[in-house]
Amino acid sequence: MVTNATSLGRSGLFDWLIQRVSALVLLAYAVCILGSLLLAPELDYASWRSQFDEPAMQIFSLIALLSLCAHAWVGVWTVTTDYLNEAHLGRGGTAVRLLTQAACALLTLTYLLWGARIIWGG
Amino acid sequence: MFVCHASPLRIYFRWLGNEASKEKVKTGRPTNLNLFSIKWPVTALVSITHRISGILLFLATALLLYLLDLSLASEDGFKQAGELLSTPAAGFVVWLTVAALLYHLIAGCRHLLMDIGIGETWRAARSAAAAVIVLSVIGAILAGFWIW
Repeated sequence: MVTNATSLGRSGLFDWLIQRVSALVLLAYAVCILGSLLLAPELDYASWRSQFDEPAMQIFSLIALLSLCAHAWVGVWTVTTDYLNEAHLGRGGTAVRLLTQAACALLTLTYLLWGARIIWGG
Repeated sequence: MFVCHASPLRIYFRWLGNEASKEKVKTGRPTNLNLFSIKWPVTALVSITHRISGILLFLATALLLYLLDLSLASEDGFKQAGELLSTPAAGFVVWLTVAALLYHLIAGCRHLLMDIGIGETWRAARSAAAAVIVLSVIGAILAGFWIW
């Protein structure tokens, strides 16, 4: 079995599953948020705030945030390993890929902690 | 069955194979790295756009979190977020993000359907890819009306 030190689930099959499950969560969350925005065109602060203060919504939002970070990592990993490699970039390819992946990991982690603060910190 | 001789993916793998075997065997196969001369069947176009929209959404998440943070912080912040969205530049970025999101969701559904065995033939995959483009364009236009 081929494993890769930077893949999220340490196996292609697990990454595949993470990507699919998180996709379904994000689909449900996007439909929920876009739907609520479409149904309430004259949105005010009080109703917007109370929507995100619902405990069920806080849990849903946090699960969606976790899904977003996992989904983003699997996607970024796939794209960076496909294009930022030695076959495409020559000898420096691996260094470029690892640096790009490190920057993306940092951004993903920032999204996770920032998002958690927004959802629970209010 | 259709066989796509010049799909970018196929050329890419052939090229990778060439690179890998350069040391040992000279395959003598022609390689073509000029993206402008490669045929882009609709499935390849949908695939690469799925990737591009995904990267775009990854970066746009910063903007979405900022807007969510601002709009939930206070009555004032909510108003500021609304004013920000009504500027043409921010409006355009939000429209682009919503369009990328709609595209990524629709193209993702095509993948999920394929995973459960629906639309796996080349013919069906091609029709579904065309449907993804049509639905996304309609979605992007509707999103434009909604934002402006």
